Amino acid sequence: MALEKSIIQHWRDTDIVLLGGSAGSFKLFYQIVKSIDPDINKAIVIVMHRKKNYFSEIEKLFSEHSRIYLKEIADKDVISKNAVYLAPANYHTLFENEGYFSLDVSEAVWYSKPSIDVTFESAADIYGERCAAILVSGANQDGAEGLLKIKSNGGLAIVQDPRDAEMAEMPQSAIDINAAGYILSTAQILELIRS
Amino acid sequence: MKTDTLTGITTEQLDELIGLIKGVHGFDFGDYSKASLKRRVTRVINLKKLGFYDLKHMLVNDADFFQHFLEEVTVNVTEMFRDPTFYKGLCSQVVPYLSTYQHIKIWSAGCSSGEEVYSLAILMREAGLKRKSFIYGTDINTEVLKEARKGIYSFKRIKSYAENYVFAGFNGSLTDHFTVMYDAATIHNELKQNTLFSVHNLVSDGVFNEFQMIVCRNVFIYFESKLQEHILDLFYNSLCPHGFLCLGSKETIRSDAFRKKFKVINSRENIYQKIGS
Repeated sequence: MALEKSIIQHWRDTDIVLLGGSAGSFKLFYQIVKSIDPDINKAIVIVMHRKKNYFSEIEKLFSEHSRIYLKEIADKDVISKNAVYLAPANYHTLFENEGYFSLDVSEAVWYSKPSIDVTFESAADIYGERCAAILVSGANQDGAEGLLKIKSNGGLAIVQDPRDAEMAEMPQSAIDINAAGYILSTAQILELIRS
Repeated sequence: MKTDTLTGITTEQLDELIGLIKGVHGFDFGDYSKASLKRRVTRVINLKKLGFYDLKHMLVNDADFFQHFLEEVTVNVTEMFRDPTFYKGLCSQVVPYLSTYQHIKIWSAGCSSGEEVYSLAILMREAGLKRKSFIYGTDINTEVLKEARKGIYSFKRIKSYAENYVFAGFNGSLTDHFTVMYDAATIHNELKQNTLFSVHNLVSDGVFNEFQMIVCRNVFIYFESKLQEHILDLFYNSLCPHGFLCLGSKETIRSDAFRKKFKVINSRENIYQKIGS
């Protein structure tokens, strides 16, 4: 199904895109990162639940297969467009302002650090309608509240169709609290990213 | 106007609170990182079910509440052997150097409930250097310091650090350093010896001793660059020549002035060494 014009219009007006996911999100994020245009003119931030103490190959794998600049976030890193940023394990990622990130080690949210809620809420606060967030597969409720905040602040709130998600709980939780501005199939999400 | 959740505060309100706290209590949060502080203040408001005006009123008129507020807004989440690779780096790159000193003074700045101080105490003991080392732990939060002095943690909590300990490459298990009774794990007395916990505010207090190593991890993330530089200066002046500075694994020295004053020893773990005198 073709994307609604209103989504594409709003998407064009965003400066930042947030991707949140947990169990079952890796494959989709990998596909997204692989297909992102290096001149997308937006900053992309990926918040994926991950375990501390295990050096994941995610950064390596992602950057080897993407054409866009990719980096794991360090405290006070400058936020640039045409770059993909990965939230580090065992920290929450916040937006200090539109200029740079801030990290935080406070309590886990939904047993998760990084928590998707924390990053989404912070982005909603800083970017308002100029941010888009996509919540995908996962086996807990993290991200739903944050997505609701994005939506309430005028941002583009997108949820992966739970029928397409490997783990439906995370997108379904967002739908249940009416946080989804749009529910898109995996194919539509990829189409939007490439639009 | 953008607000921070239904019961949250705006950036303007946060600035107002910062001004109020500075004026009434002398604590300066002006150069703290706003994103995190806003989240912490919102948390207090929600926890206490306060309105913004109630919060202001209580901050001005209720001294006990202010103390409590201070404890709640500062982040006290810590682990023993957080980032095991950092401790590995210490063992291989710093400890051999420290062992040449007659006395080793270490400052754990922003020590919270003491987990880092006791991790360092265990590390020094394993390296055979415990008897000639002295570890100072400081924090602005008096309540967490009480916990740190006791050195008693829930057994569940200690068990959750077990993996860190193993990954850091030590022999045996973390619980070997504790006396466990029911759910309480008490750090061995020997490890408590030569430690001292006291209040110190990195924002406003100055040099109080000279150290061979300063460990300040996941504290800079709460500060703006200007304040980070102020504290780097404090650390520089508190270190002996060639003394070591350890920051968190996501915290780097960004200021050009200070990059010239510190040599990078381990870029992944952000371990630095003071250059010059």
